[in-house]
Amino acid sequence: MVQTGWTPFFKKLKRYRALFLMMVPGIAYLIINNYLPMFGVVIAFKDINYAKGILGSDWVGFKNFEYLFKTADAFIITRNTILYNVSFIILNTGMAITIAILLNEIRSKLMARFYQSVILLPFLISMVIVGYLVLSMLSAESGYLNLNLLPMFGMEPISWYFEPKYWPYILTIVQVWKSTGYLCVIFLAAIIGVDHEYYEAATIDGASKWQQIRTITVPLIAPTITIMTLLAIGRIFYSDFGLFYQVPLNSGPLQPVTDVIDTYVYRGLMTLGDIGMSSAAGLYQSLVGFILVLLSNYIVSRRNKENALF
Amino acid sequence: MKTNDMNQTVVHAIFIILVVLCLFPFVLLIMSSFTEESAIVSNGYSFWPSEFSLDAYSYLWIQKAAMFNSYGITILITIIGTFVGLLISALLAYPLSRRDLPMRSLLSFLVFFTLLFNGGLVPTYLIYTEVFHMKNTLMALIIPGLLTNGFFILLIRTFFANSIPVQIIESAYIDGATEFKIFYRMVLPLSLPILATIGLMLTINYWNDWFNGLIYITEPKLFSIQNLLNRMLVNIQFLQQNNLGGQQIAANPPMNSVRMAMAVIGILPLILIYPFFQKYFVKGLTIGAVKG
Repeated sequence: MVQTGWTPFFKKLKRYRALFLMMVPGIAYLIINNYLPMFGVVIAFKDINYAKGILGSDWVGFKNFEYLFKTADAFIITRNTILYNVSFIILNTGMAITIAILLNEIRSKLMARFYQSVILLPFLISMVIVGYLVLSMLSAESGYLNLNLLPMFGMEPISWYFEPKYWPYILTIVQVWKSTGYLCVIFLAAIIGVDHEYYEAATIDGASKWQQIRTITVPLIAPTITIMTLLAIGRIFYSDFGLFYQVPLNSGPLQPVTDVIDTYVYRGLMTLGDIGMSSAAGLYQSLVGFILVLLSNYIVSRRNKENALF
Repeated sequence: MKTNDMNQTVVHAIFIILVVLCLFPFVLLIMSSFTEESAIVSNGYSFWPSEFSLDAYSYLWIQKAAMFNSYGITILITIIGTFVGLLISALLAYPLSRRDLPMRSLLSFLVFFTLLFNGGLVPTYLIYTEVFHMKNTLMALIIPGLLTNGFFILLIRTFFANSIPVQIIESAYIDGATEFKIFYRMVLPLSLPILATIGLMLTINYWNDWFNGLIYITEPKLFSIQNLLNRMLVNIQFLQQNNLGGQQIAANPPMNSVRMAMAVIGILPLILIYPFFQKYFVKGLTIGAVKG
């Protein structure tokens, strides 16, 4: 007899109860850490009053968003976030692929491992430490650049932490310095996975090294490149908070070029106490980020289903 | 074959430049910490101390109570966070890797969706502080980092699904093993590579975390080593003003070199263990990459 209705479903639940039990802590965690805050986005539409509580506070509709987009800040933080991320994606990917290809060419396994370890080192340290490293270079009174390097070229000392114009370059260099190693290891893994027979056949056909890289290596690691780029594009509205907060030492004069959505939200919440505008900026970030992931994934899946995230 | 190799000398030359660029700031930091304060004031931080000095470290030794306290906090949250994070990740990932689990795709989607959309900093902060009252507790340093947005769960799930044959699980079940016993006795031992990788990632995340301390902790007794470093970076006199060690402190401490010595102490443990876990780390990144 074929069973219908709820009975088989409950039987199944009973059979799998141990597995469901295993998932309880993880699911509970996701609810607390991820899903409850998702409902918290209502804060962006409210005039938060701690006395009334989050749910009891008055609704203000899109007022918080109106205030946000009336300020010059909205444009500046959006522009900074996007421009920094675009240059990071291009430079990081380009550098990482080049280094990975070169690393794969090194015949001495010992040296290859040594280079790899050193290049990965900056990835391991915290942004606070990176802040110290940058300070030792740029500090006005005792930094290496001002006291040792610039005088060698007969140049005047520069008050780095008060001069916005240098910071787009400084932040980009620091970011590439810190994260290229990680991306490089991922690409190297993909390169090592390429079948050697392709190269042997190409060598017999007389292909030069450059031709082999262009026609074998790069096309075969393209799926990995696509996925990593896709992940980065999906997060183009987010930034590494540490990079933009720690490295410029939260210096006020630099804000026009170092302020991104993440630092703006943080400042609104922690220093200015402007919770409404801050959560409006946060929701703007999450929503646009979400749309960008869906969009970029859609574009990739139309071209090649295999390379898409979902 | 030989003619087709890249010119090894050129490639090595490029890498030597890269190695210098990567190590340069670290060497500057370490050397500065061993430099006499007056030399830093007149010559700046430099690669070769014109006047070698251990003053910075002896000053930090006077402050050892605060140092050890912060180290203790960091070690504690790293151990607990890594262990608990790894445990609940594996417990969540394993059932999701089983193709026969009812409602599997719905549950997987719940995990995956956390990667696509989040409430943002403000609601998260308010929930942790106003609803769960975690401000100034150790929990605030441990809880927010546990599952890192579901990404690790998906990696572990993929590993379980691809490298543990269903037949083994089925036959164990028929032989009367409970699901927990199968998980503990068979699945976990077969999955050491991915567990080691995720464990290392969690360890690094917890060791380096300063953000949770920045927003949830205002009580200096609960500062992790990164938060102490953070305060010292912004406010060079932080240790002196707060007198965290409780001892009498020198009137004119060598603050510039102390700052750099603090940073050295902050990196040291990681640098010391790096050679040992480097192998697993690279292998782990590789696993993650190949599976996408």
